[in-house]
Formats: sequence, C-alpha cells, structure tokens
Amino acid sequence: MQNNGQWPLYEVFIRARGGLDHKHVGSLHAVDARMAIEHARDLYTRRQEGVSIWVAASKDISASDPAENDSMFEPARDKIYRHPTFYEIPDEVKTL
Amino acid sequence: MNAAARPIDSRQLFRYVLRLGDLSLVLAQRLGEWVGHAPALEEDLGLANVALDLIGQARLLLTYAGEIEGRGRGEDELAFLREHGEYLNATLVELPNGDFGRTIVRQVLVDAFQLELYERMTASSDERLAEIAAKAVKEIRYHLRYSGGWLVRLGDGTDESHARVQSALDSLWPYTVELFAEDELDRSMVEHGIAPRLSEVQAAWSTRIDPILAEATLTRPADRPHAWHGKRGQHSEHLGYMLAEMQYLQRAHPGARW
Repeated sequence: MQNNGQWPLYEVFIRARGGLDHKHVGSLHAVDARMAIEHARDLYTRRQEGVSIWVAASKDISASDPAENDSMFEPARDKIYRHPTFYEIPDEVKTL
Repeated sequence: MNAAARPIDSRQLFRYVLRLGDLSLVLAQRLGEWVGHAPALEEDLGLANVALDLIGQARLLLTYAGEIEGRGRGEDELAFLREHGEYLNATLVELPNGDFGRTIVRQVLVDAFQLELYERMTASSDERLAEIAAKAVKEIRYHLRYSGGWLVRLGDGTDESHARVQSALDSLWPYTVELFAEDELDRSMVEHGIAPRLSEVQAAWSTRIDPILAEATLTRPADRPHAWHGKRGQHSEHLGYMLAEMQYLQRAHPGARW
C-alpha cells in the first residue's frame, strides 16, 4: 500500500458548476480512489469550489516528455492558418 | 412522535439540549487534538473537517440552550465558562484519542449514534431542534462515510491494524451503553415528542454498525452494564484535563476576541 513511505498520488479534477468541465486542481495522497475522493472533498471543496470530483491515479496518467517539446509542439507554430482568424465575423453573431 | 399538551419544563429542555451540544463540542475538541499529528496531512484535514462540523452543531445547540435558559448566557459562556460537572456529554466522547485506530473506532460508534438520533429528530415537535437536526444529518452522513471507510481499511488491513482496532472496539464498546441508557430526562423528551426513544435509536444503530463491523472483519463485543454517567455530569478524570486546555484562553483573557 505504501510507496517510499508515501501513499500513492492521485490527481484531482473538480467541476465548479453544472455544465462546466472538470478542471485539474492539484494532487493528493490516498490509499485508494475512495479515500482520494474523500480527501479531495476535504482539501479542494472546502469553500464550495465544486459540485463534482474526479480522481485518477497519477501513475495511470501518461504524459508527453518535455524533452521532446521541440518535435511535439514546434511544428504547429508556423501553421497560423489553423487559427480561424481570417474570417470576417458578421455583426449578428454574438457568441463566437 | 406525538407532542403532548403539557408544556415542557424549560430547565429540562435546557439540560437535554446541553447533552446534545456537549457531545458534539467535546468530541470536536478531541478530534482537534489530531491536527498536526495525524498519520498524513490529508487526515489532519479530514479529522479537522469533521471537528469543524461538530463545532458548528455545538454552536447552534449551545446558543439555543442559552436562549432556553434565559439568563443571558450565549454559546461562548456555555462552552468555555462551565465547570466539569456541568457538562452533560456521554463519557465516550471525552476519552483520550489513543492511536488513530482508536479514534476511528470511537468516531464510527458516535457517528452512527448521531445519525440515527438526528434522522429521527428532524421530526421533533421542537422546531429549532428539528432544523438543527436536518442540517446535522447531512454532515454526519459524511462523517460516517469517512470513519466507516477507515474502520474497514484498518480492520481488514494488516494483522497489527486489525488487532489495534479490535482492542479499541472491545475497550470502547461498554461506553456505548450509556448513549442508549434512557433516564427520566430522555423519557420526558420522548413524551413531549422532542426526541426519539433511545431504544429505537439503539436498534437502528445496531443495524447500521453490524455490517460495518462485518466488513471490517471485527467481532462485536457483548453489551455490559455501564458504570458511566457523563450524561448526568459525572465524568471520567479525562474531561477535566481536556477542559483545562480548551477553556484556558477564555479564562486567562475573559471575553477575548479575534
């Protein structure tokens, strides 16, 4: 159950209000997912920050390697045509 | 619960509300002792959160008790300026924390008691108590989820954790008998439709506790006659030391504020 004397790490995601998406808010230690949700409730929703909690074991999250950032993200830099900034937005459209 | 026509004696109601409030207050103070000492930072906060809910309940109840008494005492006077023998909490909650397992065992026993009591008290003929109960029930459901989860984890954990919580259960169990021991004050509350019958609370409590103990692979101890009378103000030696710490600030600096 313990790892280097520490409980496993969980990442916490909180939905602030119905309709919004869950946002990553931080991480905590817990022995299992149930305890992680309870700790998340106590640590991250003390001030009514949320209406829903997701937790995921940090070890189950695969991440991109910062050392590969050049090849991962640089190629997108010169492709500005992917941004929809070349369109004239009609005045009637309010919520774009 | 049927409200009787005869009005309640306000001194009795005062004492009964103190019983409820003191249970929450004293347990909160005990749980607060864990802050900075729990096995993990996350548990510091978990226990403190339960303690803060209990303090919230105690504030509502002691404020109400002060109004019933009608002598101008508020929540602070009742919490910090009463003597040892004027506290009316059941003895179980004043016992020292012991190890984390023992604290959890006590918490499960008290959470389940409070839950069954307050669920019924939402139908109290006393509107204030019914409102306080409705608020408390939401909090206590979570407390039991937290403490029950830990009890299962420890009971069904390693040999050592199992042995520790079983031994805590054996030593704390006799104190639960006092929670359900109905005296004249309790009976008067039942007659006036203010509180549920404690035998009914006890049966429901058993039904709630048994599956938790089973899942935690713990053996339920046998009931024994109880020898504790905290509910009447006759306390163990532990309460005095606890109150000395809890009341120190108000006694050294009367009326101190943030």
